[in-house]
Amino acid sequence: MARKSASLTGNPRLSQWIAFLTDGRFELRLGKVELGQGILTALKQIALSELRVPEEAVVLAAQSTDAVPNEGLTAGSLSIANAGDAVRRVCVQIRKMFVAAAASASGIPVSSLVVKNGAVLDDTGRVVATYQALREHVNFDVDVVDADEGGQEASGADNGLSLLRLDLPDKVYGRPTFIQDMGFPDLLHARVIRPPVHEARLGVGAEDVLAQVRSPAHVHRDGSFVAVLADTEEDAYLEAARLAAVIPWDVRAQMPPRSVRLATWLREQPAEAAVLQDVKPTGAAEGQEFRRTYFRPYIAHASIAPSCALAEWANGRLAVWTHSQSIFHLRAALAQALDLDVSAIVVHHVQSAGCYGHNGADDAAFDAALLAMNAEGGRPVRVLWSRPDELGAAPVGSAMTADVTARMDADGAVSDWSYEVWSNGFLGRPGFSGNPAFLGESHRVGRGPLPPSADPRPEGGYGIGRNAVPGYELDGVRIRQHRLLTMPIRTSALRCLGAHFNVFAVESFMDEMAVAGGFDPAAFRLAKLADERAKQVIQRAAELAGWSERRAEDGFGRGIAYARYKNVSAYCAVVAEVEATEDLKVRRLVVVVDAGRVVNLDGVLNQLQGGALQSVSWTLKEEVQFDQSGITSLDWEQYPILRFTEVPRVEASVIDRPEEPSLGVGECVNGPVTAAIANALHNALGVRVRDLPLNKDNIIRAISDSPD
Amino acid sequence: MAIKTLRLQVNGEVREVTANPKAPLLFVLRNHLDLKAAKFGCGQGLCGACFVLLDGHPTQSCDLPAEAAEGIDIRTLEGLDSKPLQDLFIELQAGQCGYCLSGILVSATALLKKGRGFSREEIAKALDKNLCRCGTHGRIVEAVFRAQEA
Repeated sequence: MARKSASLTGNPRLSQWIAFLTDGRFELRLGKVELGQGILTALKQIALSELRVPEEAVVLAAQSTDAVPNEGLTAGSLSIANAGDAVRRVCVQIRKMFVAAAASASGIPVSSLVVKNGAVLDDTGRVVATYQALREHVNFDVDVVDADEGGQEASGADNGLSLLRLDLPDKVYGRPTFIQDMGFPDLLHARVIRPPVHEARLGVGAEDVLAQVRSPAHVHRDGSFVAVLADTEEDAYLEAARLAAVIPWDVRAQMPPRSVRLATWLREQPAEAAVLQDVKPTGAAEGQEFRRTYFRPYIAHASIAPSCALAEWANGRLAVWTHSQSIFHLRAALAQALDLDVSAIVVHHVQSAGCYGHNGADDAAFDAALLAMNAEGGRPVRVLWSRPDELGAAPVGSAMTADVTARMDADGAVSDWSYEVWSNGFLGRPGFSGNPAFLGESHRVGRGPLPPSADPRPEGGYGIGRNAVPGYELDGVRIRQHRLLTMPIRTSALRCLGAHFNVFAVESFMDEMAVAGGFDPAAFRLAKLADERAKQVIQRAAELAGWSERRAEDGFGRGIAYARYKNVSAYCAVVAEVEATEDLKVRRLVVVVDAGRVVNLDGVLNQLQGGALQSVSWTLKEEVQFDQSGITSLDWEQYPILRFTEVPRVEASVIDRPEEPSLGVGECVNGPVTAAIANALHNALGVRVRDLPLNKDNIIRAISDSPD
Repeated sequence: MAIKTLRLQVNGEVREVTANPKAPLLFVLRNHLDLKAAKFGCGQGLCGACFVLLDGHPTQSCDLPAEAAEGIDIRTLEGLDSKPLQDLFIELQAGQCGYCLSGILVSATALLKKGRGFSREEIAKALDKNLCRCGTHGRIVEAVFRAQEA
């Protein structure tokens, strides 16, 4: 019997998850939130398939801390497993309750009854009773039982069918739907003025600048936390821009110096060391020794919408509207930062643009809450971040560097693998490390600075060390990590955390050994995998890409990469085809994923295509720029992302395994795509680039550094 | 800050708005005229989320002062006849977070008004001023491509 998911453990009552409305519809109460990944649609699809009701019979409850179960964070590619399991069990139990009630009322045995379209039918297809008619005979105020999943018998909706995205029509037909589209009567508009790097205070002369604020706008200042407020958005926006251009900041952070390469700087910082694995080789550990070093820079979330929040303080109660990944953790952190009782705060979730991890959402929520508590007349406040702040003040994904060594014998067997990685932590979320960790809070009188980010523990799938353990049969594996204790550039969780860089490094290194030994890179990997599911994604990707038919062609190259996300989640293999003449262009990606039982196939493919293209962007273009004054990549020209004309063909497919637990696919593609591109680049040019991004500068440097 | 009465031609109607004439057109459309489709993405004219048609051309509204838009035909997504195109976006599920879609639909509508028979490469080129961060480019281009036959 499958273990109950984490979502149920904290929320054991059926009535926490679902209500039977008086009009006969079901209201599904979900704690996982929509980030653009399609999770609400997939979860509703599970409910429809297990309740056996038409689409309009299930509605989703508005998500607030007053109304939905606490499912923690929507992150880590865990929603379909945890929330999916919860919804499935709940709906199976409800269906069985109705069937039992119908059996009891009619005398027909349970085994002769089926459910179709919200009605219980006998084996002639006659309606015995509708759900609505059985209302008085079912009670949802019970515990969720430890029943087997309903699954196979008749979950038609799961088998290759895909409920259309519930939220897409409003977005396509231009109807207001995002948090940025929300408003209230008598709303006060706010813009926060922020320093170019988090560890900073207002400089000398700031007070004079702020005194120049032009009516009807006014300023709220608390230490170095500064906001401009006005009755109209344009007045707050224009006035904030005007003041921000001249306000002086005193940068306290020791930024990485330009004279020293960032990879070197990472190694030199004070850090907390940890050994993640230390398995000694049992065999002879012979063969050629390989030693390589890899690097990736800081990478920004770069969501298309700047973060936004609204808040209202009335009658001693705080209400906040946010796109945070965890409304419950946020509520606790707000209570701590604002010295309120948790019971005095309600947090509502409203969608924003794509969320790829811990971005500015929580900070914007704090900004709005603080300003609302200081707003005259209890007016509600709306905060919208600026684009420069979204790129420069939100946390970013850490820069990372690693040394990899191993031995490979004449037969290609690899032993004595050592991996040592340096990085900032990936856990700076508010409410997670005993510190409210809000950017705005850190700038208030007597507070701050933000402590260096912590890192998820092993139970949380690691951060820095995620996928540092290679998923191959290797004789002897030693993994060490160093978490930096200085954090001039603010880091936290960005999609797949350390797995992006670790998979890039591991899969590049595997490729380097394979090529040096004259082994086919796909066969080299297959020979070191015992897991059939791992082998099959590689074999399928190779087959679909015509891997064995490839021929060397001037300026063209192919590369392959594989990883199992977190070593326990979805399996992914990627073949990349690149053209490397003037610039590096990715022409085609073949992506094959095994995510266990597929719920919403189109949703899965959408996420795989999306994750792949985002990773192409990271790989070819992205690096946070900075100098001694702070972060300087503050607009789309200084932080370019992939454009329509640069997009390769992406052929994504899935190996569906209905008998296996569902696994999330939001993060499994990024690492393998980067590695496959790097491997393809080597195949095209004969040059190994070990520093991301694979832009002109890094490629040219690798060419000039290389021994030939 | 000055307040002025602006006369704007929006979606085929003359609308009078009393606002700061330097306000970005985007805020006037969204907040004074309740036309929420065009989105704020950057305020720097670099992402296309705020695109509207000005005299038929896809133009950023985030860094254009409202007073500069007087006397020009302004069309937002709400005022465009793009249903066949939009229906295809639904059919192909061409969206993940969807925030970029309004600006993209405006660009695509302008393209399809110019003619038909564009290749996927030409469509990509026409959309090159629009950014999509979720990686939905493939589906979006496909939807526009298929809309040519609709």
